[in-house]
Amino acid sequence: MSESAQHADIQKTMLAQQKSEHRKKQILNLVLLALLLVAPAVLYPVFLMKILCFALFAVAFNLLLGYTGLLSFGHAAFLASGAYTTGYLLSNYSGLTTEMGILAGTAVATLLGLGFAVVAIRRQGIYFAMITLALAQLMFFFFVQSEFTGGEDGLHGVPRGYLFGFIDLSDNMNMYYFVLAVFLASYLLVQRVVSSPFGQVLKAIKQNEPRAISLGYNVNQYKLLAFVMSSGLAGLAGSLKTVVFQLASLNDAHWHLSGEVILMTLIGGTGTLLGPVVGATFVVNLEYQLSQGPLGDWVDAILGAIFVLTVIAFRSGIIGEVQKFMRKNLS
Amino acid sequence: MSDQFVLETRGLVKEFKGFVAVDDVNLKVQSGHIHALIGPNGAGKTTVFNLLTKFLIPTRGKILFMGDDITSMKSAAIARKGVVRSFQISAVFPHMTALENIRVALQRFEGHSFHFWKSGNSLNALNERSMALLDQVGLTEFANTTTVELAYGRKRALELATTLAMEPKLLLLDEPTQGMGAEDVDRVVELVRKAAQGRTVLMVEHNLGVVSKLCDRITVLSQGSVLTEGDYEKVSNDPKVREVYMGKSSNSPSASAPENQEASE
Repeated sequence: MSESAQHADIQKTMLAQQKSEHRKKQILNLVLLALLLVAPAVLYPVFLMKILCFALFAVAFNLLLGYTGLLSFGHAAFLASGAYTTGYLLSNYSGLTTEMGILAGTAVATLLGLGFAVVAIRRQGIYFAMITLALAQLMFFFFVQSEFTGGEDGLHGVPRGYLFGFIDLSDNMNMYYFVLAVFLASYLLVQRVVSSPFGQVLKAIKQNEPRAISLGYNVNQYKLLAFVMSSGLAGLAGSLKTVVFQLASLNDAHWHLSGEVILMTLIGGTGTLLGPVVGATFVVNLEYQLSQGPLGDWVDAILGAIFVLTVIAFRSGIIGEVQKFMRKNLS
Repeated sequence: MSDQFVLETRGLVKEFKGFVAVDDVNLKVQSGHIHALIGPNGAGKTTVFNLLTKFLIPTRGKILFMGDDITSMKSAAIARKGVVRSFQISAVFPHMTALENIRVALQRFEGHSFHFWKSGNSLNALNERSMALLDQVGLTEFANTTTVELAYGRKRALELATTLAMEPKLLLLDEPTQGMGAEDVDRVVELVRKAAQGRTVLMVEHNLGVVSKLCDRITVLSQGSVLTEGDYEKVSNDPKVREVYMGKSSNSPSASAPENQEASE
């Protein structure tokens, strides 16, 4: 009798916790939304769009590193394949509306992700990272050699076109709110995924893979699906970036970028939803500020130093540290 | 014959480069028994476990479960068939609560584990069953505690509850009392006894006190092969067994001294 009362009590506590977590998440989402809605009134929209594109890239990456425990070192390949596909299509087929170009870019990146995953998913840790790096370098070579990418020159003057055929995206405000909508939809999708039953299995795999196997889960299938989703979203980020800047270049495919997204995610905080967004904002901002000042040539060195500092002293990143602080002082 | 023996190995061999870790092991685990696998460090006990659950691939030999050849099946498939193992080092999901640990085991039966679009709230349907399992191992009050904060003995109890959530037909326990104080050991013995009702258990155990209390049948491994087999009476009086355990207090190797991790891999 008292046992069932205890059960009810415990479950009530648990549901209450879930509810308050949920409410916190929603409040945070609303704050984020409000900030992003008014941001272009204060800041240059193209700069904001750059941040959003990289934030989406980092959110996609974090689905793997933060929630599945897989370190991919080849995510630039997905960003680039989305970027080039969209750039090529919009430049050469004027009948296409912008969103079709973006969808096509995302689809290509998703398929490429499937290819990568099939080769790499059975390997673990450093081997997994190395295989993804090697495949991404192969793709880089392919992009350099191919004609449709414009080789060393890249694709320039990609028309932004009309969204759904009638919203003029050459207007920066229109463009901004479109990018914002896509970003938010993707962010909410990832939020949903990591809390879903599927996300729960991903967490289990990250925390103790042999145990997840011994519970009967085919862990490679779960990892594969996570990888494909992540690469698709990374491709979406690349497609958006091409439309915003009207260009796709080899920089998008360079391993440098694969490293940078790791940096963004770590600085912001892995395994948190907001972390990669904050990290991307931080890194893009820092790069911009530095490039304006006398330290322009030192960007890489300074980012490297910050990376080392993060790994040594702030393992949980900006958001992780904030969460720790709040837990200590506010509860 | 196949119904009598839940698990059977025939000529099981595992060779590592230049070293035979498991040598022609023929094991028969009878339905309903608690069967112990004992032996000194490095005897190959954990390796046998890893072979049975395919965390290692056997070099030669056959593994039969309820008469079916499962030698070529993969780890996860074997688990789904009902052969569920625990690990030497407590295998839990450290950053989930105790209840979530159980839920993640139960949710596999729901068939929605690939549903990435579904709300996490759908998992609340499993709370009641999870609580019942936590009751069984005395962890009710820790349901909402993050696992990493639980004491070692409780983590092992949680692991056992998670294993039971799988409704295993054959339970493989790798040193369930390893590294525990006397108090925890007694608790785990009771847990295993309870868990063994209506199922078969094969356990690796160093603590002969535990073995004598629990087990119906004992197989002694030494240097990768079976030294002898029988009930506790027979095995503990076997001079060969005393010999391999020499260096420890002869006929009854210490009942509670914590053992080092086995170096069988």
